[in-house]
Amino acid sequence: MLKFFRGKSNWQLFGLLSPGALWILIFFNLPILIVMFISFVERGRAGGIQIPPVYTLENYSQLFNACVSEFAGPECDPFLYIGIFGNSVRIALIVTFWCIILGYPLSYFISKQKPVWRDALMILVIIPFWTNFLVRTYALKQVLAAEGLLNSFLMGIGIIGQPLDLLFNEFAVVVGLIYGYLPFAVLPMYASIEKFDYSLMEAASDLGAPPQRAFWRVMLPMTLPGIFAALVLVFVPVVGAFITPDIMGGGKVEMIGTLINRQFGVARNWPFGSSMSLILMLLVLIGVIFYFRSSTEETRRAM
Amino acid sequence: MASSEYAVEMQDVVKQFVTPEGGILAAVNHVTMQIKENEFFSLLGPSGCGKTTSLRMIAGFELPTDGKILIHGKEMSQVPAFQRPVNTVFQQYALFPHMTVEQNIGFGLEMKGVSRAERIRRVGEALEMVRLPGMELRRPKQLSGGQQQRIALARALVNKPEVLLLDEPLGALDLKLRKEMQLELKTLQREVGITFIYVTHDQEEALTMSDRIAVMSKGVALQVDAPEAIYERPATKFVADFIGETNFLDGVVKGQNGTTVEIDLVGTGSVFVESSRKFTNGQQVTVAVRPEKLRLNNPVNEDNNLKGHVEEVIYIGTDTHYGVRFTGGHKARIREQNVTVAQKSLAKTGDEVTMSFTHTSPRILTE
Repeated sequence: MLKFFRGKSNWQLFGLLSPGALWILIFFNLPILIVMFISFVERGRAGGIQIPPVYTLENYSQLFNACVSEFAGPECDPFLYIGIFGNSVRIALIVTFWCIILGYPLSYFISKQKPVWRDALMILVIIPFWTNFLVRTYALKQVLAAEGLLNSFLMGIGIIGQPLDLLFNEFAVVVGLIYGYLPFAVLPMYASIEKFDYSLMEAASDLGAPPQRAFWRVMLPMTLPGIFAALVLVFVPVVGAFITPDIMGGGKVEMIGTLINRQFGVARNWPFGSSMSLILMLLVLIGVIFYFRSSTEETRRAM
Repeated sequence: MASSEYAVEMQDVVKQFVTPEGGILAAVNHVTMQIKENEFFSLLGPSGCGKTTSLRMIAGFELPTDGKILIHGKEMSQVPAFQRPVNTVFQQYALFPHMTVEQNIGFGLEMKGVSRAERIRRVGEALEMVRLPGMELRRPKQLSGGQQQRIALARALVNKPEVLLLDEPLGALDLKLRKEMQLELKTLQREVGITFIYVTHDQEEALTMSDRIAVMSKGVALQVDAPEAIYERPATKFVADFIGETNFLDGVVKGQNGTTVEIDLVGTGSVFVESSRKFTNGQQVTVAVRPEKLRLNNPVNEDNNLKGHVEEVIYIGTDTHYGVRFTGGHKARIREQNVTVAQKSLAKTGDEVTMSFTHTSPRILTE
């Protein structure tokens, strides 16, 4: 890529780069500026914003104290939104944890296969990407439903007498998110593990390390970049997810994503939705900056 | 420690691998050898001869399909690598990139539960030994190939193994450094008094460093002997050919008088060769003789004189090589040292010459 640009004059470079730059400017930066603007004005009576705009910081203070809103009832919980933010982070951490715990051995297993099998298994991991995310989530819903596959099977073999409540709770949301984001964990970890030089494990064994110690002292630290990449790639989208908690949680599990989604839908509170979007973006940005700070050039390449 | 006079014994060891095509390949095929205490022992052979597989079985990275491996008399065939009293210097060093030099060298001691203070002391000693003091806090990537090689050596030796295994450790170094390290390794081995088992495909390296050499080919140990015995008395054509340069003259046994065997090099003439072995008349044999043991137009009458003509003359400074062809189609290469300036051209291409050698110089080979 760099080679391609080498030797071109400034005008040529400008010509080559401006379509992409313009695209990002118009369809990415501009909307964010609009969101930023909306987050600082009062909402309109029937949705949208007050025209002419009335500037306010209430959309932000509302996040930290739910009771400042003019619509707050007498028994309002001031920490309602902070709680939902915390809940999202907690769920995202659980999902990231399980994606790494499940994905690492899977990546290891795939990397150990013969090349032909390795490619076939990686395609199986990637195949879900080719199917619409919504369709996949609805399919999973059918598996976990009261008369769904899993319950029917368990009742069929007589392990349970009553269908289990597997749907419309946090469990269902976590399962759905793990299902959706596991490939994002497998890909970077596989890249890291596949590059790992197993003669280092022989060296560790030669120096008296039993397999488990060799893993903790040599293989895990050497594949940490892949784990870090998996952490970022899963945590960032999951903390703001809204389709999965909406469908799998059936409205009973509130996450930042569903909350923001509601502000632009039924709640018709664009300014509050905008302020929360920006706070979420800021949170993710801090996380990613922290990640880049703590990782070196070499470890980032695994991403 | 020494419950046996041998540091390592391989007893009828077989290692089979399943090939990708589903066949079975015997990488090591019924190998038996004894490696003595404090010996510098080399496994020498071309790639695929089973030398590295043998070493890996002694290290414990591969388990033998059949046969036994004993280390100081103790059966080790099925013992995992981390429980064996041996350490390895790997071909590509296999230093832990995420650890400092100190952590690398101290790794084995840490696994044994040696205290941190003791570890630091012994790592310092090990670095002195490989002449890299003060390198503790470097990372492997910050070191040159030669330095990494020494760190790998220190990492193995710091554990005071009963046997040190070296898998072509000098292969990645340039020629000059390799020569230096050969001598250094040999000196080090004498100093630490540890049995070294050294895998190499470089015959010169094996001859320079070893007390004894096992020449391997196709999974079989063809000859286990001291360097001079391997060179002067090769057991098979393969050994004679792999170690140094050899002329092979095919012939038929015509008669034997005590230790003198008469061999008819059909079409070229008869030669007399000393051998303590018994041959039958008419037996097909090969007379193997080194180029430096042949003389060209030597005025002193030797035991064997064959007439031929010079096909090529190659001057290489210290020596001149003459390629001579005989009437029966046999060919030989003669190496004459250029003792005087005049000597460098004893003959030129096309000259009729006499090639002579004493009856003790050649070996009679049957396989």
